[in-house]
Order: sequence, then C-alpha cells, then structure tokens
Amino acid sequence: MLRLGCSRRFLGLGRQVQNPVQSLVRLYHERVVDHYNNPRNVGSFDKNDPTVGTGLVGAPACGDVMKLQIKIDEESGKIVDACFKTFGCGSAIASSSVATEWVKGKQKEEVLSIKNTEIAKHLSLPPVKLHCSMLAEDAIKAAVKDYEAKRAKMSGNAEAGTVGKAADA
Amino acid sequence: MTTKLFASKIRQTCCSSRTSSSFQQLRKLSMAAAATAPPPPSLQEQYEDSEGISMKGVKISGRPLYLDVQATSPVDPRVLDAMLPFYISRYGNPHSRTHLYGWESDLAVEKARAQVSSLIKASPKEIVFTSGATESNNISVKGLMHFYKDKKRHVITTQTEHKCVLDSCRHLQQEGFEITYLPVGNDGIIDLERLRSAIRPDTGLVSVMAVNNEIGVIQPMEEIGKICKEFNVPFHTDAAQALGKIPIDVEKMNVSLMSLSGHKIYGPKGVGALYMRRRPRIRVEPQMNGGGQERGIRSGTVPTPLVVGMGAACELAMKEMEYDEKRISALQERLLNGIRSKIDGVVVNGSTEKRYAGNLNLSFAYVEGESLLMGLKEVAVSSGSACTSASLEPSYVLRALGVEEDMAHTSIRFGIGRFTTESEIDRAVELTVRQVEKLREMSPLYEMVKEGIDIKRDASWIWVTENIDKKRRGYSCSDNVAALAR
Repeated sequence: MLRLGCSRRFLGLGRQVQNPVQSLVRLYHERVVDHYNNPRNVGSFDKNDPTVGTGLVGAPACGDVMKLQIKIDEESGKIVDACFKTFGCGSAIASSSVATEWVKGKQKEEVLSIKNTEIAKHLSLPPVKLHCSMLAEDAIKAAVKDYEAKRAKMSGNAEAGTVGKAADA
Repeated sequence: MTTKLFASKIRQTCCSSRTSSSFQQLRKLSMAAAATAPPPPSLQEQYEDSEGISMKGVKISGRPLYLDVQATSPVDPRVLDAMLPFYISRYGNPHSRTHLYGWESDLAVEKARAQVSSLIKASPKEIVFTSGATESNNISVKGLMHFYKDKKRHVITTQTEHKCVLDSCRHLQQEGFEITYLPVGNDGIIDLERLRSAIRPDTGLVSVMAVNNEIGVIQPMEEIGKICKEFNVPFHTDAAQALGKIPIDVEKMNVSLMSLSGHKIYGPKGVGALYMRRRPRIRVEPQMNGGGQERGIRSGTVPTPLVVGMGAACELAMKEMEYDEKRISALQERLLNGIRSKIDGVVVNGSTEKRYAGNLNLSFAYVEGESLLMGLKEVAVSSGSACTSASLEPSYVLRALGVEEDMAHTSIRFGIGRFTTESEIDRAVELTVRQVEKLREMSPLYEMVKEGIDIKRDASWIWVTENIDKKRRGYSCSDNVAALAR
C-alpha cells in the first residue's frame, strides 16, 4: 500500500515533468498559424496616392522584407485602411497581419506607440522570431513617417506643425 | 525489520504535515484512483485521433506524404522480415562462442558483412559495423589522423561536407591539425586542380563526400581517387547518400575509407558501416574502447538484428538499383516539369547533370523557404536552409555554391525514394504550386519585380523608406544574434 502511495507520488511528479516537454514541442502558436493561413489585409495601395503612407523594411538577404501601407483620412488623421505584403517566415507574415489589424481605425500618432513586445506577446513568438515583431513595429513607424513626409512636401507650411509633432514622437 | 523501519521513515517524511487519519483516507482514495484510472494514452494517441493530427500547433487531416528520404527512409518490409527472427527467437550475442545462439548470430552478422561488401565491391574483411555514418565519419577523420599524428598534420575536405565531417575537422583543428576546406563551383562540384595543389607532403587525409545530402550532386570520385593515389594520400568518402543509389566500386574509386549508413537505404536506423582498405592497410585509432569487437576498431556488441537489416537492405539495393534509378529519374522529371510548367522563377540548386535524381533542391524566387514549408504541411519536405532550427542563417551548402543569400533563403529539398508514387508527386506539385502562388501574391519582392524594379541591383529601396535606429534594432543579418540575446 505504501508502495502504491509512493509510486503515485512519483507518477504525479512524472506528469509534471511531461507537460513542459509537450509545450516545447509546439513551434507555432495557434494565432500565428491562423494569421498565416488567413492573412488579414493582404494587398497594395497606390504608393503615389497622397493619403497613403508606405513602410518598406528589411532586406531579402536576411530573409525578411515587410511592406506595410496605411490610408489616412486627411481631416481627422485617422487610419482608415491598412494593408501589407511580406516576404518572410510564418511569424513575419503573422506579425505584419496583426500590425495591419491593430493600426486600422486608430489615429496616426497613436499607432506609433505600438511596441514589438506587444505583437510578440500576442503571437507568443519564440526568441528566434522576435525580429519579426521588431520589423512590424518599424514598418508601422516607417509608413507613418512616409505619409508625413509626403504631406510636408505637398502642402508645405500649412501642415508643418503636425509633421514636427510626429517627428518628435 | 529494516524494510519496516525504512517504510515508516518514508511515511514520516512524506506526510509529516498530515494527521494519520487523513493519511489513511488519502491512501484509500489513491488506491481507488489507481484501480479505476484508464491506461495512459500511447504517444501516437496524444496527437492523432479520428479527426486528424495535431502537432506543433499544426492541424492536418491525415498523415503528410513523405518526400524527405534524404533525412531517412522507411524500412523495406523485406528488410524487416529478415530482421524479426533475430529479435524474438535468435537473440544470441554474436560474440558468444560457447553456444548455438551465439554461433547462429555470428553467422548472420558475417552474411550481412558479405552483403554490404559486395554492394561496394569490397572484401567482407574490410567492413566494420558501426552505429551509423556519423560514427564512421568520426572514426575515419579523427581516428586516422590520431593514428598518424606524428607525420601527418593536414586534412583536405570540402565546404559542403556533412556537419559530422566538418565538426570532426574542427575538433582536429583545435588539437593543432591544419585543415583545408576546398571551395566548390556553382554546380557544387570541387575543382580537381585545386585539390591537387592543396595536397602537401604532410597531408594525411582527403575527405570528399560522394553524394551531397542537401543538393544531391555527385563528386567525381574516380578522378579524386586517382589524384590521391598519385600522392599516396588516403581518400575517405562519406557515401551515406550514395550507397545503393549510384554504383560504387572501392577499387575503381581508390577509396581508403568509406562511411555507410543503414537507414538511408531502407534499412533500420542506428546501424552503419565503415569500409577500411586492407591493401595498402589503413589503420585508425578506435574512438570506442572495450571488448575489442569488430577487430578492435569499434568495441561494443554488434546489434545482430540491425546489422542483418542493413545487409538485407544492401542486397535489395544491389538487385533494384537500376530499376529504382529509372523510376526515381522519371518521378523527378515529373516533379520538376510539373512545377516549372505552372510557375516561373524556379531554380535547381547544384549541377543538373552530375546529380542523384532522388534529390531535387529547388529555390523559388521571391518566396521565403520557411513560410513555404509552413504552408506545405501535407508534404513532408525540408528546407535546405537551416532557418527552421535556431539559426537564422541560410544553408552553408548553398552559400558555398555561391547562391545569393536571398535565394538561399528560398530553397526546398524534395526527396524521392523507392516508395514514392506518381500520385504523390502530382499532389506535391499541386500543393507546392498553390502555396508558391499564394505567397508570391503576398510577397513585396514579387510585386516589385513585376513593376520592373531590379531588386538585386536597385537596392536603394532597402532602408530608404525607413531605418529607425537600425543599430538598436539590429535586424540586419549579422546583428541578428545580438538582437536575440537582448
């Protein structure tokens, strides 16, 4: 009887050890797989459209290139639409897909505060894939900056104040 | 008495915080639970059920079709038939000299030795059984150099060797040996003149693999053998991917040492062999010491069932090599033509002529290999690039070929074997084409190429739109590791 009690204790221990092994085996989080299988907002806007900001980051030699575009309502400064195209692993595709979802409907100043760590946490990215989320954060910032550079060029002094503010951010 | 004392001690330590009555109850509960608990599910039941398979966050409706025979191959049922009696009824240790069990096992091992040797046209006395090609390579490279370490201090190998040869060489380097890593051409073949000029008076070994595991190119074995004979340097070849697939003749090729593997030729895993020339005699320092089995080169009980399996696999390979070769070539053509007829920008990595047909390493331009693999869940293939592992670097073999880094990131290895069918190839073509098209639709590079931007030369677009704090972020390739460490 004692042996039974003891062996159960050991068995219990054994099960506890098994669990982390099982979670280690899982490579992609379900959300990554979901975004990979059904990527949101794939596509392109006309990059010459003054209401469109384009962020293109990465390098093919590194295995990751991300293009993220945002369409901004000129009056309110709200991001009305977003789309992406990504050359990269499943995590990079998922990161950019998530990024487009998150920026939609937000103010352009607001999206600058999206951090790569939030994306990485949402997708449970492993350490080797953290650069995918960094790329997504940079793509958002690049898109906003591109939009503002365009505006500054187009309308000169009238918009200069906003540009300055965004540059500070 | 001692057991009782021991038991009470355990009881005290286990349940020091509980009262004895609650312990009694707990014990009853635990007994009841133990009696009614269902048997634990088997490993397979944990990820496979009637609705499909779920593993590594991936759900698929059935088992994927297997196109990765370079990694390992299934055991041929005829091989398994030969093996089974040696597990259940004829289980003797082949080194037991005192009874029938030992004698019959010994006989079976010697028969297997003859079967292996006749496939490579060697004498059975020149075959040593090991645990696999990795061990054979270790014995060949380290064992040989250690044995002749007083006179020979230099090894020549290639940049595209298997990791176990390269790692053995690195080990030797740390001990003070000098290693020359020969570069390969764009086709993956070494330059014979460079080999000739690399040989020095103190060169103790030339090690060149016969068929490359990643890209399947066949090195000019006979020519290399001739050069080695001319300079009287031992020639080692890793023939794990070549055995049973291309004709091998140790005399014609002037091979001194050859590493062979069981599980790449439809034999069991965990067994391999080493060919060691007897005339002129090649000597090595054993890497495993012990009872002196296998002429003292590889101590440890010879695993009779595995060795019998490898022997049977070699015999089958000898009988069916020609037939397999014809079938596999036709299937490879079908696969390549099928993919090329539907999508452009498909490049075969490595020489197209000097190549084993069963290995087709393809790069799909503008599509990243790892994401392609992720989409090809129903096809078991592997990426030539090491991206799926912890490393973010593309395959060192493809880099040695001079494949540009962006294309090296896009490679996939299709392995075709004895049991691959035409319908499997057709399905693989269909799935690959669908996935490549989907990912190209999603690829900014493909879009730019269609717009007429030369992404190779006109690199100005990279980093131009934005380059926020590149150093802090550090996602340029070389900085990647540093970024991850943070």
